[in-house]
Amino acid sequence: MNITVAHLKKGQKGIIKDFVHDILPIKLLELGCLPGNTVELVQVAPLKDPIYINVNGTHIAIRKSVAIQIELELIDDTQKA
Amino acid sequence: MSKQINVALIGNPNTGKTSVFNELTGLKQKVGNYPGITVEKKEGICKLPRGVKAHILDLPGTYSLNTTSLDESVVVELLLNRNNKDFPDVAVVISDVENLKRNLLLFTQIKDLRIPTLLVINMADRMSRKGISMDIPLLEEKLDTKIALVSTRKGTGVEKIKELIADYKNLSSKPNIDTSIIAPDYFERLKKAFPNEDLYKLWLVITQDVNFMPIEKNMLKGFSSFDIKSKSELKKLQHKETVVRYQFINNILKEAYKVDLSAAKGFRAKLDKILTHKVFGYLIFFFILLTIFQAIYDWSSYPTDFIDNLMASAIEWIKNGLPAGVLTNLITEGILAGISGILVFVPQIAFLFLFISLLEETGYMSRVVFLMDRLMRPFGLSGKSVVPLISGTACAIPAVMATRTIENWKERLITILVTPFTTCSARLPVYLIIISLVIPEGRFLGLSYQALTLMLLYLIGFGAAIVSAMILNKILKIKSRSFFVMEMPTYKLPLLKNVVYTVLEKTKSFVYGAGKIILAISIILWFLGSNGISSNFKNAERIVKERIASKGLSDYNKRNIEESLNAYSVALNDSVLQKKYTIGIEAIKDSLEVRKLDLTNKAESQEVAGYKLEHSYIGYAGKAIEPIVRPLGYDWKIGIALITSFAAREVFVGTLATIYSVGSDEQETITSRMAAEVDPTGQRPLFNLASGISLLLFYAFAMQCMSTLAIVKRETNSWKWPIMQLVFMSAFAYIVALIAYQILK
Repeated sequence: MNITVAHLKKGQKGIIKDFVHDILPIKLLELGCLPGNTVELVQVAPLKDPIYINVNGTHIAIRKSVAIQIELELIDDTQKA
Repeated sequence: MSKQINVALIGNPNTGKTSVFNELTGLKQKVGNYPGITVEKKEGICKLPRGVKAHILDLPGTYSLNTTSLDESVVVELLLNRNNKDFPDVAVVISDVENLKRNLLLFTQIKDLRIPTLLVINMADRMSRKGISMDIPLLEEKLDTKIALVSTRKGTGVEKIKELIADYKNLSSKPNIDTSIIAPDYFERLKKAFPNEDLYKLWLVITQDVNFMPIEKNMLKGFSSFDIKSKSELKKLQHKETVVRYQFINNILKEAYKVDLSAAKGFRAKLDKILTHKVFGYLIFFFILLTIFQAIYDWSSYPTDFIDNLMASAIEWIKNGLPAGVLTNLITEGILAGISGILVFVPQIAFLFLFISLLEETGYMSRVVFLMDRLMRPFGLSGKSVVPLISGTACAIPAVMATRTIENWKERLITILVTPFTTCSARLPVYLIIISLVIPEGRFLGLSYQALTLMLLYLIGFGAAIVSAMILNKILKIKSRSFFVMEMPTYKLPLLKNVVYTVLEKTKSFVYGAGKIILAISIILWFLGSNGISSNFKNAERIVKERIASKGLSDYNKRNIEESLNAYSVALNDSVLQKKYTIGIEAIKDSLEVRKLDLTNKAESQEVAGYKLEHSYIGYAGKAIEPIVRPLGYDWKIGIALITSFAAREVFVGTLATIYSVGSDEQETITSRMAAEVDPTGQRPLFNLASGISLLLFYAFAMQCMSTLAIVKRETNSWKWPIMQLVFMSAFAYIVALIAYQILK
């Protein structure tokens, strides 16, 4: 299974993989959701949706249905330990 | 006179664009709508150095020129149309210092339209705290523009903006980026087909409707002959354009913009953790709602009562000062009463917008949406709908105005349409009086039936709002943004100036916008209530006096006078016994006589007023609708009250007081009078359980409020929605009341 933004745990980070160009709303790209940028999951709303992420310094809230379309390469923080 | 410069302020949301606008224009601003749509148009005048004046247009916030909403298409349509009277001589792009990168995306797009563009970098006061350093001259060179570093909070840099605007002729209008590199072949063909048009402009026109609604492309002659790419291909190209722009921007910022990350972070993360927490988040929001509710329900009652009393004494004063006649009545009972009906809403509106602008300014409102989005989504409502729906419990007027914060038009429209179902404070007097008449006094589990009924009515109101929202969500075919991407802005201390301006502007827009309609309807209702054509109306005074002369006053008034005289004589005797006064028996008799005459005169004029109302146009209308309201268990008197209470629900009580010639809207007096009223069969009270419940339900659902209609007209910019609301809600109220009465009778 592919890892997407929807799979992140709170505080976890990932780098956006290349994605098919026309599936995401243009607004997300404008706000910095571009391939190669880092995404951090900041908060999850009480009912698990929407989620609150930090992309490249921009804080945005998106719904799960959109988050599941953004594929990620996880940054594994645990390896450092 | 020198020519005015047209200036357009453009920027991302949350960059302090409005603060810059307020700084530039002060109170010389005007808020209206763009013709035919509901997007707010803010404009103002600014004096520049060297005696030049600028017309400043504050465009809706947008992240780019790729339109995804009505607000954004307003921006694009203005920038594409050089014939528009507001077309800017100079565009001022406003960015905040922390999010410069994504603001520059918009900047480069505008620059590429060959409009002279200058850049304002706002919130400069946050630079040191966030560890940001910038090389402004380098940025100016690379972006080929002039930059003003501004802090609206500290008030620095505003003069610099004015200077740069005045000097706009020296701004470069060369584009930043050659867009054609995203699809060289395509742009080559485009150039051949339209040799006289600017390529980037063409591109924007072509892609306008990719994400949003179709627009007219008639500005390009012979467009249909050109081979258009499929939407999905165009969308791909748009994405490519965004990537190219970000490459350009990143290359510049690498050199000219540095962030020391260790200085940043902290405060925001901590606050977010609490404010969006699954328990505390809701608790805090609930507490804030409670405070807002308290403010509009309770605190605002002091200024409201003050205005009410002030207007009442003003009316009284003018009435006594002017010669009696139609004109005086028109002024006092029509116009002034109407104005008073407008002004009493002002405190509630001011309070609500004080809170709302605080929530918006601090950045908390976005957290509310984040918390509530999932809950409200199934009903087609926005997370932001919660505030209007709750404040609707005090009054629907400020609540409908508060929906302006909802960006999505469909969600906003649904919120506007369902808000009047929530139980507003004007329903309360009607509810209280009818409940006390028809609901027995017993208790159930320690709670009185009467209190339970009242609570049930509140719940029914909310239920109706939620259910109709669900239905509207299904049937309304409005294309709007189907996705949800919301920026979570940083927390900020609110700027007092912005808060004050918001409150002033909202109040003004209510008084002038909806006020006109309220005033007009109130004058019409006054006219219909105080005029009649029949000889009965014209001779009302004589007819009533003759009746009194032959049959005496009505039984109710007779008894009433007797009772109050008895009470008065007891009180007089008591005070004589306690030696408060020393007066003789004769004097007591005299004063009783005077009192009796006084009461009789009052009762007489009440009976005349009641008779007049009965035979006025409204009275006939009430009788005319009797066959319609009969099946609901009402008589023509209630019919009249239904019509007059269209002005505002609470008028119901006052009208019945007039018809029953009670002459006082003290609740107890009128309740006892209403309790004595029998229905046409003479068998049982007119206000029995069946007709009472039917009335309660009617008032719960019916759109009995002209002020709400007026504000909905203003907020939706058309008569279509308020009229639909009126028809639908009244029909629904009628059916429910009918069923209730027929079952219970």
